[in-house]
Amino acid sequence: MSDEAFKTLETFIARVPYARFLGLRVELAGDEMTAILPFAQQLIGNPVLPALHGGVIGAFMEMTALAQLSLAHPGQRIPKTIDITIEYLRPGRAQDTFARATLRKIGRRVANVQVECWQDSRSKLVAGMTGHFLLRGDERAPTLSGTGSP
Amino acid sequence: MAETYDSAPLPDRMTLFVPHAAALGMTLVSLQKGRGVMRVDWREDLVGDPDTGVIASGVVTALIDHTCGLAINSAAETPLPIATLDLRIDYLRAAGPRLGITAEAHGYKLTRSIGFVRAQAWDIDSGDPVATAQAAFMLTRAG
Repeated sequence: MSDEAFKTLETFIARVPYARFLGLRVELAGDEMTAILPFAQQLIGNPVLPALHGGVIGAFMEMTALAQLSLAHPGQRIPKTIDITIEYLRPGRAQDTFARATLRKIGRRVANVQVECWQDSRSKLVAGMTGHFLLRGDERAPTLSGTGSP
Repeated sequence: MAETYDSAPLPDRMTLFVPHAAALGMTLVSLQKGRGVMRVDWREDLVGDPDTGVIASGVVTALIDHTCGLAINSAAETPLPIATLDLRIDYLRAAGPRLGITAEAHGYKLTRSIGFVRAQAWDIDSGDPVATAQAAFMLTRAG
């Protein structure tokens, strides 16, 4: 993957304050992007175990989906999340976490993205997410004659 | 904070003692059996869309997940370890620029091992939510 693609991702992270709040990082190998959530004490949701906050894991996967979409549509406005379904499979332990997104379908207006999140081993997923995102490349007001669902 | 996590009252246990809740500045608005309301105020570093100044949907996700946990814990007779199984969130509309988020969760059914919760989040008016959610939690009861 080109330097340009990496710049696109760096720009995405630099522009979104919440991505910096989480400490989100990305790595590119060829056309595969891995998002990295370095462990930080402020990400803990269960201080007894300890375990990462479930909301952090969900937010991390959503940001991974948005970063992958920004790679597919460089320079466009950040897509709007329509809905997400998060499945929690294992507790996220107090260590670095990784995620990869698959763009299952990019339609004209809506993208379906699936994300997997793991720690030690990609075969032992911590969580998964499927989400729909509204693409805003050529945002137009809906008309009565319409062109189908949002 | 003289108390430990285990001895602290539920409101403290859900805010001060949880590092991520504290980092987001979550506060407890109200709490009754099976129902909880929590809030995150708008902050510059929590913005998700720098073009509009709207708070990140990830913050809404974390707040809803947390408030659902609160609702389950307040519905149970005694505090118990819980784990989120799944969480579905519909983002109905963008929050207003530079506005905080309030979330209310209702643990409407607890079985011996599972808790079911519905939640919604809003910026100004609870009748005009920015997000609605549905979650299932695994409960670990002693004995």
